[in-house]
Amino acid sequence: MKKNSTILIVIVAIVVIIILNSTLYRVNEFDQGIITQFGEPMGGAITESGLHMKTPFIQKFHRFEKRILIWDGDENQIPTSDKKYIRLNTTARWKIVDPLIFYQSVGNQRGVQSRLDDIIDSASRDVVSAHNLIEIVRNSNDVLDRQEENLIAQTSKLERVSLGRDSLRLMIMEKASELVPQYGIELIDVQIKRLNYVQEVRQKVYERMISERQKIAAMYRSEGKGEKASIDGQRERELQRIQSEAYKTAQDIKGKADAEATKIYAESYGKNPEFYSFLKTLEIYRNTIGENSRAILTTDSDIYKYLKKSRVR
Amino acid sequence: MKVQVGDKEYSWSGGKIRNIIAAVIVIILVASGVYSIDADETGVVMRFGKFVRQTQPGLHIKIPLGVESVTKIKVKKVFKQEFGFRTLRADVRTRYSSRSYTDESIMLTGDLNVAEVEWIVQYRIEDAYKYIFKIKDTKETLRTMSEAVTRKVVGDRTVTGVLTKERVEIAQEVQDELQGLLDYFEAGIHIVTVKFQDVNPPEPVRPAFNDVNSAKQDKSKMINQAWEAYNNRIPRAKGEAEQLISEAKGYALKRVNRSKGDVALFNNVYREYRKAPDVTRRRLYLEAMNEVLPKVEQIFIIDEEQEGILPHLDLGGNAKGGEGR
Repeated sequence: MKKNSTILIVIVAIVVIIILNSTLYRVNEFDQGIITQFGEPMGGAITESGLHMKTPFIQKFHRFEKRILIWDGDENQIPTSDKKYIRLNTTARWKIVDPLIFYQSVGNQRGVQSRLDDIIDSASRDVVSAHNLIEIVRNSNDVLDRQEENLIAQTSKLERVSLGRDSLRLMIMEKASELVPQYGIELIDVQIKRLNYVQEVRQKVYERMISERQKIAAMYRSEGKGEKASIDGQRERELQRIQSEAYKTAQDIKGKADAEATKIYAESYGKNPEFYSFLKTLEIYRNTIGENSRAILTTDSDIYKYLKKSRVR
Repeated sequence: MKVQVGDKEYSWSGGKIRNIIAAVIVIILVASGVYSIDADETGVVMRFGKFVRQTQPGLHIKIPLGVESVTKIKVKKVFKQEFGFRTLRADVRTRYSSRSYTDESIMLTGDLNVAEVEWIVQYRIEDAYKYIFKIKDTKETLRTMSEAVTRKVVGDRTVTGVLTKERVEIAQEVQDELQGLLDYFEAGIHIVTVKFQDVNPPEPVRPAFNDVNSAKQDKSKMINQAWEAYNNRIPRAKGEAEQLISEAKGYALKRVNRSKGDVALFNNVYREYRKAPDVTRRRLYLEAMNEVLPKVEQIFIIDEEQEGILPHLDLGGNAKGGEGR
């Protein structure tokens, strides 16, 4: 008998546990959901976290996320309005705001992913193909102030954008947002995650980049040559100036000295020019008449006049 | 109750079994009811899934048996996310993955050029509640937003700016915007820093970009060489100039002094001459002749009335002989 009661207790315990399991359900802090009875939704959304109760077995709790969820799109190849083909990845953050509609329309997250693929991709395509490439690359015109090298080298002048990246992605979000309430979800944010050229376009872009850089390099080198020529010219001019001024000053000094010497001589010799020339001539005789000279003199000379007579005038 | 183990028979009383069961129950209760939080963590406690409290580091008790559960979050640790590259092993010599992550690193600049950008984001979990309960997969959201924001900021810069001077500025802008977005989503994350690592032009255009640097260096070199030549020549020219002037001054001095000397000599002689002109003149003349005539090899003295020079007089060496005056 004791054994029977033990088994009975165990069986009752098991039954109680099964019933409890089907009656109580836990709603996590990040969950929300709805109750269905025989597949039909009952009541509104359940968003309170904690332990809840439902009718066992016939009612079922469907659990959905309350948190912000990510949608990451595949890469799309889209032509811009100026015929540039780009590879675009968009990404979105969304939330289930009406679990009931969500359950009735898509039922699960994977369903949403594929719906969002269609909605956001087509919205991206519409927006991107209606604008030039520059509008989706840039957000502002700040870069125009920053492109010093380009301007000096006369390489590509940049256009201005009127809308910009943020405006375009908000346009994408707006377009997509119109279509999502039917799934009980809300788009919180749409971002452009990646943006690249397609292979063929990339080649052309690289060629352009290379030729731009070559122009800039040539610009630097020619600036260098120009400045070098200017410095060399300056050096030559300076050289000429220094040399010619020095020559002028030296000649001036010499000239003044010559003039002064002349004055000194003139002042002195000028007192008796004849006596000076007499003295000077005697000096010349001393210096020029030497060995290997022959002299022919007459007895009229001062030296030899006494050869004929002892007393001459 | 009798239990057979091998060939021994154990007799367990009902009391013993109860004790064992009680001990097991206590162990289970303690294991699922006591928990510890490390110094760099915080604990988020949920009761039947509902958030009830956050716990600080230390030893704590919670309602056991799955009623209350705790999730431990490291709130002091600085996490790092890498973009455009991966570190294989951080060490004294860090090793990087040789796989290229160009999907992450290639981006368009504001002048429609292309750059390869590698960067890191370091962050901390600031609000454990928000980190767990506001976004599903907060870490992935951070990565996605980081790529989107970096591309947007780079899209407003020139390729030269991204490669060189504006790196720090750009990183700061990315950090500010990223933090703003994460706060808007209530991610509970605080960005510690955004840092750019390697930033390069794409492989095929790299030589052209390097050449621009070479060109800048060439320009500097040309200018430096020109100044060097200048500094070589000009001071030397100045020196030469000074020398020229010095020499001129030397000449001037010599000339004037000599003239003064000559004149002094003359003045002295003249003074004496003035005192007795005839005598002095005759004396000077005769003294000079006395000096000069002895040197002469041959002297011919001819009477002043003699006319013409004797033609057959051997004047030595002159074959033709002199002719009359």
